[in-house]
Amino acid sequence: MPSGVEAHLPALVVAVPLCAALLITASWWFGRKLSFPIAVAASLASLAAAITLLLRVLAHGVIEYRLGGWPPPFGIAYRIDHLNGLILAAVALVSFLNLAACRTAAEQEFQEKTGAFYALYLLFITGLFGILITGDAFNLFVLLEIASLTGYALIGLGPGRASLSGLNYVFMGTIGASFYLLGVGCLYVITGSLNMADIASILPSISSANMVVLAFVLCLIGLFVKMALFPLHGWLPNAYTYAPPLVGSLVAPLTTKVMIYAMIRITLTVFTFDFAFKQTGLSGPILWLAVLAIFFGSLMALAQQRLKKMLTFIVVAEVGYMVGGFWLGNKAGMSGAVLHIVNDAAMTLCVFLAAAAIASRIRDDRLSSLGGLFRSMPVSMAALTVGGLSLIGVPPTCGFFSKWYLISGGISAGRYGFVAALIFSSLVNVVLFFRVFEAGYFEPLPDDHADRFERSGQPGGTGIVTEAPLDMIVPLAATAVLLILLGIFSGKIVTGIIHHALPAVVG
Amino acid sequence: METVISIRPLIAVLASLLVIPLLAASKRSPNLREAWTLAAAVLKFLVVASMLPLVLGGAQFAYTIAPVLPGYPIQLRVDALGILFALVSSSLWMVTSLYSIGYMRGLQEHAQTRYYCFFALSLSATVGVAFSANLLTLYLFYEILSLSTYPLVTHHQDSAARSSGRKYLFFILGTSICMVLPAMIFIANKTGTLEFASQGIAAGRIEPQTTTILVLLFIFGFAKAAIMPFHAWLPAAMVAPTPVSALLHAVAVVKVGVFCIIRVLTNIFGTELLTDLGMSTLICTIAACTVLVSSMIALSQDGLKRRLAFSTIGQLSYIVLGVALLSQSGMVGGMLHIAMHAFGKITLFFCAGAIFVGAGVKNISQMTGIGKRMPFTMTAFFIGSLSVIGLPPCGGFISKWHLVIGTVEAGQFVMLAVLLFSSLLNAAYFLPIVYRAFFCRPEESLFTGPVDEAPTWCLVPPLLTAALSIVLFFYPQPFLQLAQQAVRGILGG
Repeated sequence: MPSGVEAHLPALVVAVPLCAALLITASWWFGRKLSFPIAVAASLASLAAAITLLLRVLAHGVIEYRLGGWPPPFGIAYRIDHLNGLILAAVALVSFLNLAACRTAAEQEFQEKTGAFYALYLLFITGLFGILITGDAFNLFVLLEIASLTGYALIGLGPGRASLSGLNYVFMGTIGASFYLLGVGCLYVITGSLNMADIASILPSISSANMVVLAFVLCLIGLFVKMALFPLHGWLPNAYTYAPPLVGSLVAPLTTKVMIYAMIRITLTVFTFDFAFKQTGLSGPILWLAVLAIFFGSLMALAQQRLKKMLTFIVVAEVGYMVGGFWLGNKAGMSGAVLHIVNDAAMTLCVFLAAAAIASRIRDDRLSSLGGLFRSMPVSMAALTVGGLSLIGVPPTCGFFSKWYLISGGISAGRYGFVAALIFSSLVNVVLFFRVFEAGYFEPLPDDHADRFERSGQPGGTGIVTEAPLDMIVPLAATAVLLILLGIFSGKIVTGIIHHALPAVVG
Repeated sequence: METVISIRPLIAVLASLLVIPLLAASKRSPNLREAWTLAAAVLKFLVVASMLPLVLGGAQFAYTIAPVLPGYPIQLRVDALGILFALVSSSLWMVTSLYSIGYMRGLQEHAQTRYYCFFALSLSATVGVAFSANLLTLYLFYEILSLSTYPLVTHHQDSAARSSGRKYLFFILGTSICMVLPAMIFIANKTGTLEFASQGIAAGRIEPQTTTILVLLFIFGFAKAAIMPFHAWLPAAMVAPTPVSALLHAVAVVKVGVFCIIRVLTNIFGTELLTDLGMSTLICTIAACTVLVSSMIALSQDGLKRRLAFSTIGQLSYIVLGVALLSQSGMVGGMLHIAMHAFGKITLFFCAGAIFVGAGVKNISQMTGIGKRMPFTMTAFFIGSLSVIGLPPCGGFISKWHLVIGTVEAGQFVMLAVLLFSSLLNAAYFLPIVYRAFFCRPEESLFTGPVDEAPTWCLVPPLLTAALSIVLFFYPQPFLQLAQQAVRGILGG
């Protein structure tokens, strides 16, 4: 048994960013320079903790931790197994890479509110880590709200339409969270407990199956709103488009994935695989929603003229991948879904961070304004290319391998509609990204640079586009390399971690 | 069969990949950059050639790059068919690099460094396809090739390049994602493996109707083989600079397409399964239609490169037809044609480029009497066309001969008629060009400027490949031996 700091790592993963956020707010009075180092230190500490926890789970099995030593079902239990260990490490890495890119760009973007930005950033990832690590259904709601509220605030930091989009997100997000709360409430009424494992052991003996199904459906609907599954996705496109670029590259890769994790956790741990897939008959309708999400997201993305909005609709489609893969109910599909959570977090970070890098030099992100970027911003465009190829599903990038498992699962389950949706989405992504590549490769730089750069924040305003600052380029390049590494190690991740995460009953 | 675990296949693939940073770094000094390209080409060829003796002796080389998915690693394997293709590609890369130097500098093309970098990447992918040990590896290198050739096809960055690029992507990437990918995953699901085996892996594990659909998905899905109706990208891709057209579209890209089809037909499905299902006639018919239609379209083309493109489409279907006959000589003829057609066609493309550099003309109607001023070029063109038509004393005769015997062996006399008729059509669209070039008087107004023989860098390569075509007639080794060995391994002796 580990002792000292190591024994309390689960709590520290959540506590360190929380305290650091408060520290940043306090230190803002003394000097602006401290915020970034504190934030980076906290993020690195969480990353180190997450990786240590994952390694320990791989070596020794599930880790149980009780907050304050209180035994469940009275206390809050944290539980780390293969599933959330993997996603925890992924989320920690993604948030760290994004934070590293913020050094100069955040100062430029937020000015006096930079301290607030970093504080909210850390609170946001606190919420995410909490959702991932908790073993208590109500605690999940609390952390869900922490993540959501800070998310709303982060999005609202942007100029112009950001506040309105943020408000829309507040309304829909709160409704979603309320549905989830209702579901947890039902569970509490039926079982008298809030601890996930405890509820799972009590549920089979409940006679009124209808109440159980109701609780399940309420939880699912709430989470569907939070993960922007079609048709409950309405808040996502505007919220992510009008958010400041560096906020977009934080929330887009992470929010929906963590909510999908929450859905997986509730389904597999609380309600169990047999109940959810065999008794409720929900997997068919949900799979259809996922298929529609993929088609809808892809088609809407085609209609967009702006890079960021196009990327947000791609996110909507990707949610369909993961939800559909999970609800296929077979090993390949579920492995694909979990692998895609990790892969999609990385891919989305790559493309959104590239978009942020481009936005740091060019205010207008219409496709027609991206001319000549391959020459003037080679690293950013190279990273966008790798991210785009991964979303298309070209080996050896990671996107190909999660698609492999998803398609394999679809074929095994005989769900050819899902397979067709995946293929359709790949083709649409080819068109989407090659439109961007064409714009950056074919068109010469427009002659009138002046009005594109009037608010670019570049001192002196020379009007010539150069590569984004170094502290954005390095994390961006690292992310692009990560996509290929994840691809090469997909098999190891699946057999070494994900297969252990799925319950044995999954065929 | 003895298997040698060696890193040489990987070096052969990586030789051109690793030179790319060096090429990018020597952007300012073109001579150094060209030297790096040539060095990489020679290295690649030497590594491939070094494996030849052992492969001819019956051994195989193998190397696992990365176990990416459980049961489906990224793995290389060098057997007779693979090394045949790799030899053709790597030897012709050396020649094309020399030609590129003359062509790109003669026309003072822009973005030459980018050109050489993506060219090198494409060759890596081509050798990767040649040495793939399973379908997943094949698919990986196939896709990399599709993407790495896009900047080459669209090199000129004008609106014609843009629309050709779109066609290129639509046909090549679209078909591989829509058809090859699901078919591959389906097979992986049903059989649990994707490794190429001498009698295929599908027998007994997939129902007949599904197998037929899968075979068709692969034949049309590998659109690089330009089987109609997925051929339209090839004429469109002729907007590329001629060395790109020469190597990639006459040798590497299109040959990758037919190579993949051959691999899938023989090593995934297996000749026995195909015979049992009676698929031979179906595939032969599809190929025959492409042969006839493309030859007829070629007759109507005035642009020289477009005519050559349609000629290529027809020749590729010869290869597919030969292998689909499932008879010994047919398969040998099909595989051998990979090599023979390559040497012949590249000569023709080199000449087309030389004519453009020397005289500035692209259309056949403007080439009357050009033979007087560009005798060497047109002689090379003549020899190249003889090889493609399949007449002695050129190597193309050997492969066509085997194809003809193959149709007789398989009892497919309709196909025999198709072969003979299309050879007539080949002659009809090539020989008049040569005749008019040498024996007709040009209108003086056709040549506005001085017409010289092409620059040396552009002249030596076609003469070299033309000479090789003739040499191959008299001594078609090691290609014939490799083809025979490959077929023996498939048909079992």
